[in-house]
Amino acid sequence: MRSTWRNHGAAIYAACALAFLHAPLAILILFSFNASRFTVWEGFSLRWYRVALEDPQLAEGLLNSLVIAGVSGVLSTVIGTLAAYAMWRRGARVLSGMLYLSLVTPEIVTGVSLLALFEGAFRFLQLRLGLHTVIIAHVAFSIAYVTIVISARLRSYDRTLEEAAMDLGASEWGAFARVTLPNLAPGIAAAGLLALVVSFDDYVITSLVAGVDSQTLPMVIYAMARRGVSPVVNAVSAFIVVAFGVVILLSERLQRR
Amino acid sequence: MNLRSAFLLPARVWSAVFLATPLAIVCAYSLLTRGDYGGVERPWTPENYTRLLDPLYLGILWRSLWMAGLATAVCAVAGFPLALFIARAGRRRNLLLQLVLLPFWTSFLVRTYAWLFILRDTGLVNTALLRLGVIRSPLPLLYNEGAVLLGLVYNFLPFFVLPLYATLERLDPALPEAAADLGATPLRTLRRVILPLAAPGIAAGCVLVFIPCLGAYLTPDLLGGGKTVMLGNLIQNQFTTARDWPFGSAASLVLMLVSAAPLWFLLRREAR
Amino acid sequence: MPPVLELREVSKAFPNHRAVDRVSLALERGGFYSLLGPSGCGKTTTLRMIGGFEEPTGGEILLNGRDVTRLKPWQRDVSTVFQNYALFPHLSALRNIEFGLREHGRPDTTKRALEALELVRLGAKRDSLPAQLSGGEKQRVALARSLVLEPQLLLLDEPLAALDPQLRKQMRAELKAMQRQTGITFLFVTHDQEEALSLSDQVAVMNGGRIEQTGTPEDLYLRPATRFVAGFLGEMNWFGGVGVRPESTRISGSGPGLPGTVESLLFLGNCLHVHVRLADGGHAVAETPRDGQRFAEGEAVWLSWDAAGELRFE
Repeated sequence: MRSTWRNHGAAIYAACALAFLHAPLAILILFSFNASRFTVWEGFSLRWYRVALEDPQLAEGLLNSLVIAGVSGVLSTVIGTLAAYAMWRRGARVLSGMLYLSLVTPEIVTGVSLLALFEGAFRFLQLRLGLHTVIIAHVAFSIAYVTIVISARLRSYDRTLEEAAMDLGASEWGAFARVTLPNLAPGIAAAGLLALVVSFDDYVITSLVAGVDSQTLPMVIYAMARRGVSPVVNAVSAFIVVAFGVVILLSERLQRR
Repeated sequence: MNLRSAFLLPARVWSAVFLATPLAIVCAYSLLTRGDYGGVERPWTPENYTRLLDPLYLGILWRSLWMAGLATAVCAVAGFPLALFIARAGRRRNLLLQLVLLPFWTSFLVRTYAWLFILRDTGLVNTALLRLGVIRSPLPLLYNEGAVLLGLVYNFLPFFVLPLYATLERLDPALPEAAADLGATPLRTLRRVILPLAAPGIAAGCVLVFIPCLGAYLTPDLLGGGKTVMLGNLIQNQFTTARDWPFGSAASLVLMLVSAAPLWFLLRREAR
Repeated sequence: MPPVLELREVSKAFPNHRAVDRVSLALERGGFYSLLGPSGCGKTTTLRMIGGFEEPTGGEILLNGRDVTRLKPWQRDVSTVFQNYALFPHLSALRNIEFGLREHGRPDTTKRALEALELVRLGAKRDSLPAQLSGGEKQRVALARSLVLEPQLLLLDEPLAALDPQLRKQMRAELKAMQRQTGITFLFVTHDQEEALSLSDQVAVMNGGRIEQTGTPEDLYLRPATRFVAGFLGEMNWFGGVGVRPESTRISGSGPGLPGTVESLLFLGNCLHVHVRLADGGHAVAETPRDGQRFAEGEAVWLSWDAAGELRFE
């Protein structure tokens, strides 16, 4: 009897904890459909979604974010996959140390250090901060994420498959391209989606290395949130929550395959 | 050049140029002097570090450590029963784990904004309380240490639950039963069997929460409203508004060193 | 004509141990050879050096008289059947077999692969993925994948270890038939003495990184060169410095002979093994026909043997 009470207590606590994690986002999304400008429910409306769609700043931010996430996602996936595979063949201590360091470096430090590098380099080059600097920065911090996902997948990958391929006449490249790569494909796709999300989400580093013409969606949202309450931000947030949810679920599905 | 070196080359170049070099530049800047127009000049000086000993900046460092420590403690106390419950949930544990991770997989900025939306003067809580007539003027829920703490705990709780869950899940379910069989009460079983065995998971979870909290920038910025300045905000300010790069660089390195300490401790513990 | 494979004083030293120690071996064309030894004796490392997956730290490996010691796996005309088969999980049975043909740029890959699939009687499984095949079928695909390349030498690394005992016996017969049919030289690595003795024309027994003895199964069983070989192949009773097989050990209810007491009786189907605790504390086994004299546990017995059944070692 006492034991069932204890179990009930634990279940109620877990339910509360999960509610704490989910409620803020649920409320945020709920109020994106509110007809009123204020935080009082006045009926269902898609009004704020319409406003968001017509906002030129949001549109530009979304476009920039998509371009940055797309390009840096592809670059970091290629670079990270090749590196993870090479390190699986034989460890590379300096590189893996560097990648771990990039994971534990506070975002703000990554951001200011890249800003220092770019500003230093611009004294010699005729360049300014812009989309390209944001992409470079995003690739720099995404490689570690990609490498971790691919390395996890390679840990359960059978080394004798490559030996068998070479035994049957494939060169090192042939064994990689025709045996290992097809087997890694779901992991690579998962890593790519993760890189996409990490890039799309970043505000801290991006805000430091972006130029005036390369405002990303999180930067636009930040500026709006700073200005004051607007249900438009809720609408955009709801869109991001759903879009991220879909991409991440897809990525997890692929990782389990 | 063999295949392995060729494959390593892009990652090596990218991390050398865009990870190692920037950090090296920050190291160098931290020992230089601020120029008249915001640039960096010689002479070399340790002054940027000694300036951090000024009570104003020591206060910021102390506040960062205090907030990160407090957030870690709250995550540990709140996260342990949750992780234990999930680890013992049988077939439903994967679903429960997904539920913990789901909000974590949405945008960090959106998650922080959600609290801004709930806590601000015209936000959900204050509007509701005003309407119900409980209060006459909005409660100052936002722009204080409590709001920052809430935001940090909310954002990083999954970082504690996940590694602890991984440890608890591997725990042999026969062990608590054996303890009970030997006459231990549930509370004593928890203290003398489960906690010691879960220690590695707890340590990993604490480090995983403490490090990002210490370097947090967005949460104190949005929920603290500039009143609860932490190291991250100080660094950002020095590199943008104040344009004192040498001092900002010194603060960055101090932040990195303080972050590395618990990680080093954890790795050494695991190596044993 | 030079031997298909010749190992000259081949060694492999790892940072803190010597896995293979100056191993020499020559295999004639068309034979079925086995490398037999306990786990950790260096037999798998030897095989991996022949396949090109490990580089020897000393000695030479010759294939048809040509030095291949430093050649990569894809440059040698040998093929390996791996212990876990190493079938490519993303390719069907047919594509797995085609893989090597394509890499070698041979013509008619699909036709040849289909023939090989028929040879191992798996024509119906051509489009199945490895995950959809049983253990025995995987084994046969792996075999076909290597045989289709018609290598000078086929290396088999404990290929039967993952199969259940019933299937293992069946595959043993198939392997032997396949070797005779194709005429390709097989080098088979195993720790199972029964497997090695029943399959091979010649067996090399390895222990501690060295070859202890090479010979026909009969040679090894009847004329073991060392105590290790004698003990590893079949059971052996040690009486003083002399070894006697259980089937050469006579047991009776009265002297003369070495006295002892019956410890246990093991019925083996075609015969009986009587385990005896000797008066001097030693242990011995005597084989008796199942319809012969009966013994009871605890009974006093005497063991004897003919000089012809004695095996002596230095």
